[in-house]
Amino acid sequence: MGARYFGAEVQRLEDPRLLTGRGQYVDDIRLPGMLHAVFVRSPHAHARIRGISLSRARAMPGVVAVFAIDDLGEPLSSARMPEMMPAPIIRRAHTQYVLARDEVCYVGEPVAMVVADSRHRAEDAASAVDVDYEVIPAVVDIRSALGEGAPRAHLGTIDNLAARLEVGFGDIEAAFAKAEHQLEFSLEQHRGIAHSMEGRAVLASPEPTPGRLTVWTATQSPYLVRRQLARVLQKDEQDLRVIAPDVGGGFGPKSVFYPEEPAIAAAALKLGRPVKWAEDRREHFVATVNQRDQYWNLSVAFDGSGRILGIRARVLHDNGAYLPYGVILPVTSLAPFPGAYALPALKATLDVIYTNSTPTAPVRGAGRPNAIFAIERVIDRVADHLGLDPAEVRRRNFIRADQFPYVTGMKARDGSPVAYDSGDYHACLDKALEMADIAGFEKRCEAARARGRLRGIGIGSFIEDTGLGPFEGATVRITPQGTVQVLTGAASQGQGHATTLAQVVADVLAVDITRVTVIGADTDRFPYGAGTIASRIAVTAGSSAHMAAVEVREKILKYASHHFEVAEQDLELSDGHVQVIGVPNLKIPLGDVAFALSGTVGQRMPANLKPGLEATAYFEATATPHSGGTTVAEVEVDPDTGMVELVNHVIVHDCGRIIHPGIVDGQITGGAVHGIGNALFEEMVYDGSGQPVSMTLGEYLMPTAPEMPPIRIGHLETPSPLNPLGVKGAGESGTISAIPAVIRAVEDALKPYRVFVHRYPLNPERVLRWIDAARQGEP
Amino acid sequence: MDDTRAIHFTLNGKAEECDAPVRFHLGDLLREKFGLTGTHLGCEHGVCGACTVLVDGEAVRSCLMLGVQVDGCEVVTVEGLADPDSRLHPLQQAFAEKHGLQCGYCTPGMLMSLAAFLAENRDPSEDDIRDAISGNICRCTGYQPIVEAALLAAQRMRNASEG
Amino acid sequence: MKSAGFVYHQPSSVDELLGLLAAHEDNRILAGGQSLMPMMNMRFVQPEHLIDANRVDGLNYIREESNWLRIGAMTRQKTLMQSDAVTRHCPLMRVALQHVGHFQTRNRGTIGGSLCHLDPAAELPLISLLYDASLTVRSAAETRTISASEWPLAYMLPAIGPDEALIEIALPVGADWTHQGFFELARRRGDFAIASAAVLLSISDGIIRKAAVALGAVTQTPCRLTDVEALLVGQRADAQTIAAATAQAAKIEAFSDAYYSAQYRQRMAGVAVERALNAALGAPDHG
Repeated sequence: MGARYFGAEVQRLEDPRLLTGRGQYVDDIRLPGMLHAVFVRSPHAHARIRGISLSRARAMPGVVAVFAIDDLGEPLSSARMPEMMPAPIIRRAHTQYVLARDEVCYVGEPVAMVVADSRHRAEDAASAVDVDYEVIPAVVDIRSALGEGAPRAHLGTIDNLAARLEVGFGDIEAAFAKAEHQLEFSLEQHRGIAHSMEGRAVLASPEPTPGRLTVWTATQSPYLVRRQLARVLQKDEQDLRVIAPDVGGGFGPKSVFYPEEPAIAAAALKLGRPVKWAEDRREHFVATVNQRDQYWNLSVAFDGSGRILGIRARVLHDNGAYLPYGVILPVTSLAPFPGAYALPALKATLDVIYTNSTPTAPVRGAGRPNAIFAIERVIDRVADHLGLDPAEVRRRNFIRADQFPYVTGMKARDGSPVAYDSGDYHACLDKALEMADIAGFEKRCEAARARGRLRGIGIGSFIEDTGLGPFEGATVRITPQGTVQVLTGAASQGQGHATTLAQVVADVLAVDITRVTVIGADTDRFPYGAGTIASRIAVTAGSSAHMAAVEVREKILKYASHHFEVAEQDLELSDGHVQVIGVPNLKIPLGDVAFALSGTVGQRMPANLKPGLEATAYFEATATPHSGGTTVAEVEVDPDTGMVELVNHVIVHDCGRIIHPGIVDGQITGGAVHGIGNALFEEMVYDGSGQPVSMTLGEYLMPTAPEMPPIRIGHLETPSPLNPLGVKGAGESGTISAIPAVIRAVEDALKPYRVFVHRYPLNPERVLRWIDAARQGEP
Repeated sequence: MDDTRAIHFTLNGKAEECDAPVRFHLGDLLREKFGLTGTHLGCEHGVCGACTVLVDGEAVRSCLMLGVQVDGCEVVTVEGLADPDSRLHPLQQAFAEKHGLQCGYCTPGMLMSLAAFLAENRDPSEDDIRDAISGNICRCTGYQPIVEAALLAAQRMRNASEG
Repeated sequence: MKSAGFVYHQPSSVDELLGLLAAHEDNRILAGGQSLMPMMNMRFVQPEHLIDANRVDGLNYIREESNWLRIGAMTRQKTLMQSDAVTRHCPLMRVALQHVGHFQTRNRGTIGGSLCHLDPAAELPLISLLYDASLTVRSAAETRTISASEWPLAYMLPAIGPDEALIEIALPVGADWTHQGFFELARRRGDFAIASAAVLLSISDGIIRKAAVALGAVTQTPCRLTDVEALLVGQRADAQTIAAATAQAAKIEAFSDAYYSAQYRQRMAGVAVERALNAALGAPDHG
């Protein structure tokens, strides 16, 4: 088997289409008779619905139908959205109706749906929908949400606590009892909105076969959508075809099942015509899940050399109004908390709190950036307290290369123990510091001081659990024309799966990569899948494609052995053919093998082989490969304005073996910029009554090109023993490690003022206030 | 209020005419009336740049122009960037080589902004390019591969015109 | 986010434009569209009549005369940036334009549109104020001129009626400014300014004879800091004078919003004036 493509920089197979404007995103699809839907959404954070009047809207030009909850008919009109990811730890799972019935619990909650012959006219009619709201008190701040007398996020409930997570291991009492040193401090974390450049979109079209519906949706999880749609509409899954076409970025929020999906599906079934909805940018601010605030209170016990003996943590988590994704986000905020360190003892509680705001669910990194930010701040605080080099304190606490597989003591979302499979955190740290030219830092500081600027450098070491179960699958099929089809459940929102899976298969079958077509994310073309989330596809779909290709290869060899009457070991695959080694004219194109295996009427199958040159394989992820590494960020602060300039950003990353370096580097770089955004720019501001204030991209700031530092990536490859490819996931590590590195770099720059940067995002005013506060403390 | 207005203009090199609904912005017109869905709508308030097209050679945000305003103009979209014989524009080629795209949604806007920019700036520095795309938001790539692609394209375009 | 419907008009002459303004009270003029279209797409603004000024003859020009540089209201920001006449007579306009949006928006945005939109952070109203521009406004009935200082009435409200159109911005030429400087504080390239300052100085024998200092983004409309100007005149052009000017500028009563407090803006007003003065005097911008 050759390795011509694995590890190579091949041009992505998706690119020619996408570069010439021939992508097909949901909003690009036009179907005959297609109608356009617009949702009327709650303008209030919390309100009773006293009445809804649709008559004015129904009378507007171009309007075909206007729906409130009862107009959707059974079963949608009486059942709330299903509980995704139920878990015993959840005390009370609130989910919403597809269209709100008596109560709205967040700004943006869908209340009515207008269907018209154009988006323009649907929007005109939407402003004619009259909803009589009675505004009621909203839960806005999680710090007071569990207190006596706090408003309730949902009418008729006793409190706002969705779940209380409690985790721990080791002897925490002993750790604190014997510790030479203790520290206590608090952190505020605010992650923000995904803002994929394409919003969500759903197009549902009734098929000629009665009762059958095709749904195109900008989703990361077509199988999840099909499953939940079937449940909610009370249809058989076989009557639903769900397709994720080209999707313009996902980053987590597109993996959730949303009320718009069954609403649009129901509209299409009722009206007997295709109905499409495309989320606009203002909707994305409130109608798509995002991440918001977490408050962490930490106590650390440590010895004089900086070895951490134990940590206590109490976390408050803003979950928004509903639980569209279970408690996955809170769970992933705790499970990675030990980070890259051999932590002896931990006791942590996390309160998942309902508020009257957009529901929260994973955004690029999910809770991992939160956990890693917390543990990295612990390390830095310990180092500062003892006057030690933070790099050295990391080295003293890191899990050593000889300690793998390392069981951390935490539990994963399925309850199994978290174990890191392989890695070398010391090597990653050392390489990152070298690439960041730590040796020259002092000189750079001096030069900056001469210009009236303050330089700082910060480290963020991280781990990332990847390759989540349960499985992904692939069918590899060779056609009589000699093309190779890879059918898979895996969905793509930019990760280049069509290329990486093709690389894996092309190597096994020794075909040119341009002969391989990957078809993914269509529930009619492949039966089962889980979703593109949590950096899992290279591991799962990649491995399954590999396994299926190996089976196909075995079948080819069996056939050729029979055909040429030679032993299988005397055969090889090369250049789209199977041939006898050393006898170049004894070869057959793979297409001919496929042809032979497609059967001839009246003849027996050759070599007693089963029909079809294809195989299907599922890779079950039973353990989780962990990638890891270190980011080093360097910044310059203007002490007169509080502005932070990013001057350098280095990431050393270990994701095991790498299928496509350009794709991996692209994921890491993009992730790093998103993390930089979280650290310095991205803030979703609300007013005191829970009204979102930041509602345009001019106010919610995302990173743009001129402000970004040069980003350099170094790779270590400690292959994972957990899958046949030896790969680990890579999609979110750039984000996870950028935040602590950039925050620490700012803190380091502010060293003369002894500021503890306890929150993100920063903005220039906050930085200036910290400098001022420190100056005021001066004699 | 559903007026249309007859307009004539050149679209990707071809003379076109249509009854343009006056309330359609240019992006709507291109996508809905001409089926050219390569121009993407990312924000419709003029910040993200995904909708960028060329009008009389200048890069503009198509969500901030009305369709009727291109009467008599030359409009080029991403579908018209490559040669009529389908050879990719050097920018498209360079984007493919340097992984300047992942999900592809911001890409048409990036390409059109850079095409206009490089037409007037033959030898840009990296800072010049970052400035040129400062009005285009990408959530996938982190911009660095886009900048590298633009530099590569600029170099090739210089070589081609010198050689 | 699609705009509400409207009646569209495309006048080809100024008279036709003014006639439409007189006939239809609920109107908006579509100039470059870079500020109006977002508001219409978000339905913050829903005019019944949209009057497109882009095909009106005679509003797009830059004319050098002996006393004035006359700029038509529909002159594109890109054109201003590339104009030698602008660079010669009001160099700070070119500097300031580098901060106005992005090159794509400057291809369409106009000076007239920016002045009529009158965002507190907009650079062109600031520059017009700095250079004591004279604005010509016309209705079907009359023509009048307004000084740049009388132009801003209130937050985003210029001194122009619904039946009037801004026709021309004229900048006085021949003033003997010897030094000029501009500074803008913004989070990202092209973002709205948090604070911006533009200064013109006339210096001879090391003494500041004349000064013009304009501040943007800190108050509801751009303003001239006449107290700072008075403080500068007659003083040596040195660090001490700059420090005094900075301290005076930082007394401005600033507005606050959801993102930055009044105190921060006020402080940044001082920083912006300081850095604009340093830029004017060719000094590095640190203390």
